[in-house]
Amino acid sequence: MKYGYYPGCSLEKNAASYNMSTLAVAKPLGIEFQELEDWNCCGATEYMTLNRMAAYALITRNLALAEKQLTDGKQVAAPCSMCFLNMAKADHYLSEDATLAKNVNLALAAGDLHYTPGSVRARHLLEIMIEDIGVEAIASKVTKPLSGLKVAPYYGCLITRPGYLSKFDDYEYPTSLDKIMKGLGATVVDYPMKAHCCGGHMTQISQAVALELIRQLLQNAAEYEADIIVTLCPMCQLNLDAYQGDVNRFFKTKYHIPVLYFTQMMGLAFGFSAGELGIGKELVDARQALAKIGVQVPEAEPTKKKKPSKEELPMPRMPEES
Amino acid sequence: MAEATTQARAPTIFDRVVAATPGTPRLEMCIQCGTCGGSCPSGADMDHTPRALFAMIKAGMETQVLSSNTPWYCVSCYYCTVRCPQEVHVTDLMYTLKRFSIQEKYYQDSSSADAPPFSQTFIHYVENYGRSFELGLATWYHLKYHPLDMPKIMPMATGLLRKGRIDITPKKIKGMDNLKAILAKAKELEGEI
Ligand code: SF4
Ligand code: SF4
Repeated sequence: MKYGYYPGCSLEKNAASYNMSTLAVAKPLGIEFQELEDWNCCGATEYMTLNRMAAYALITRNLALAEKQLTDGKQVAAPCSMCFLNMAKADHYLSEDATLAKNVNLALAAGDLHYTPGSVRARHLLEIMIEDIGVEAIASKVTKPLSGLKVAPYYGCLITRPGYLSKFDDYEYPTSLDKIMKGLGATVVDYPMKAHCCGGHMTQISQAVALELIRQLLQNAAEYEADIIVTLCPMCQLNLDAYQGDVNRFFKTKYHIPVLYFTQMMGLAFGFSAGELGIGKELVDARQALAKIGVQVPEAEPTKKKKPSKEELPMPRMPEES
Repeated sequence: MAEATTQARAPTIFDRVVAATPGTPRLEMCIQCGTCGGSCPSGADMDHTPRALFAMIKAGMETQVLSSNTPWYCVSCYYCTVRCPQEVHVTDLMYTLKRFSIQEKYYQDSSSADAPPFSQTFIHYVENYGRSFELGLATWYHLKYHPLDMPKIMPMATGLLRKGRIDITPKKIKGMDNLKAILAKAKELEGEI
C-alpha cells in the first residue's frame, strides 16, 4: 500500500524515534511511504491564532504538494495528531466554505500551486494501521510477543476529535490502539483518561495548569499499574516524558512511567532491536520496563562532554537578530 | 429633510465572530447547556466558561469577551466541540476570539498576556524557515518572557539536549520564496475580508 508521508517538524528531531520506528515497521507490513517534497510546518495551533487565511494557506500548501506529487489513492499519512488534524480540518473547511477555498487558492496561486478541496485525504498513522492493515496482519508479523508487559494506551485528544472524514474510533473511549497492543501480546490496562488532553502548549503558557493535566494522566496510569504508557503523538510523548521530572518536583511525587510510541512497541514485537527503533531517547528510562520482555536497550550514546556548557544549551538567537 | 429612518446596523461582536470563523460555526444554536465548560480540562482556570462567553457574545459584551482569558486557556482539545449537543464549533470560535483579542489588543488586559507572543515567536520561524523550531523556541520564549522560570525548565531542556532531541537552528525548506509569496498573498486577502 502506498501513501504520501508527512512527518511534520517534530519527527525531524524531538520525535526522531517516532520517525525511525514508523519507517522500520512499514516495511514488513508492506506500506510504502513517499515523503511529500519540501513540505512545510503545519503551523500547529499557533497560526490559527494569528491569521486565519495564512493558517489555511500554510496547511493547504502541503495538500497541494500532495495533490501534485501523489499518483494513486492520494492519501497522506501523518504520525502527529496535530498535523493530521490540521490537514483534515483544512480540507474539510475548504470543501464546506467556498469563499475560504477561493481565497486560499488565490494565495496558493502566488506560489504556482492549486488545491482541489477533497482531492487528498489526510489520515493518522494509527488509522492506517487499524483500518487498512488490520490487527490480524499486524499480529501475524509478531516474532517476539510483548507478553507480560502492562501498557496504558494513551490517545490524547486530537486523534479522534472532531474526526471529520476519519471517524475510525470513539472520541470518548477509543480502543484501536488497545487492539493493536493486544495483537502484539501485551497486557492492556484500563486507562480511563486515555483520551484526555496532555495540556498541549500550555507548558509554555501556564506551567501550573499543564503540570496538573500531566500529573492526572501519570496518576491514572500508575493506579492501573502500567509499566509503560504508549502514545501516538509527539506532543503527548514530550509532555508526559520530558515534563515527568517537573511534575515530580512540583508535586513531590515519584512517578517513573516510560512513554514510548506505539510504533516502537510494534517494532519490538516484530523483532527489531531497540536501537533501530530509537529507544533510549526517552528521558524517563525505559530499560527496566523493557527488561520484563527481555529487551536490551543499548547504553545511551556517551555525550561528548559530561556537562553541556551554558553556550551549548538551546538558546537560539532572538528572531529580531536573524 | 427628515433623517433616514433606517440605518445600517453596525455589525455586532456576534456577527463579526461568526463571519471570521470558517464554515458554519452554529453559534446561534447554543442552548446554554454547559456541556462545553463541564468537559473542558482548563475550565477551572478560565475567567468564563465557554458557555458563559457565548452568552456574553450574544449580549454584545464585546470588551469583556475580548479581554477574557478564556480563549487563551483553551488548549484546542476539541472535547467541547464533539460533545456539544448543538454541534457548535466551540474550538474554532475560540481561535477566532484569540485573533480578535490580538488584533484589537485586548489580550494585554487578560491574565494570559504571554500566549500571543508565544504564537508569534513560533510563527516567526515558520515564516522564515518553513519549519518550526519547537524546543529551541520554547527555550527562547522562556528566556524573553519568563526569565525567572528558566531554572525550572533547565533540567528538562538539558535532558532533551543530551538525548539529541533539540535542534539549535530550524531546518529551512527549499521553496522559501514560494512559501513567502503564498503567505503574503494570504495575509493581504485576510485584510480584505
Ligand atoms: S455545549 Fe454547545 S449548546 Fe451547550 S453551552 Fe456549550 S456551546 Fe452551548
Ligand atoms: S477545545 Fe478548548 S474550550 Fe473546548 S474543551 Fe478543549 S480546552 Fe476547553
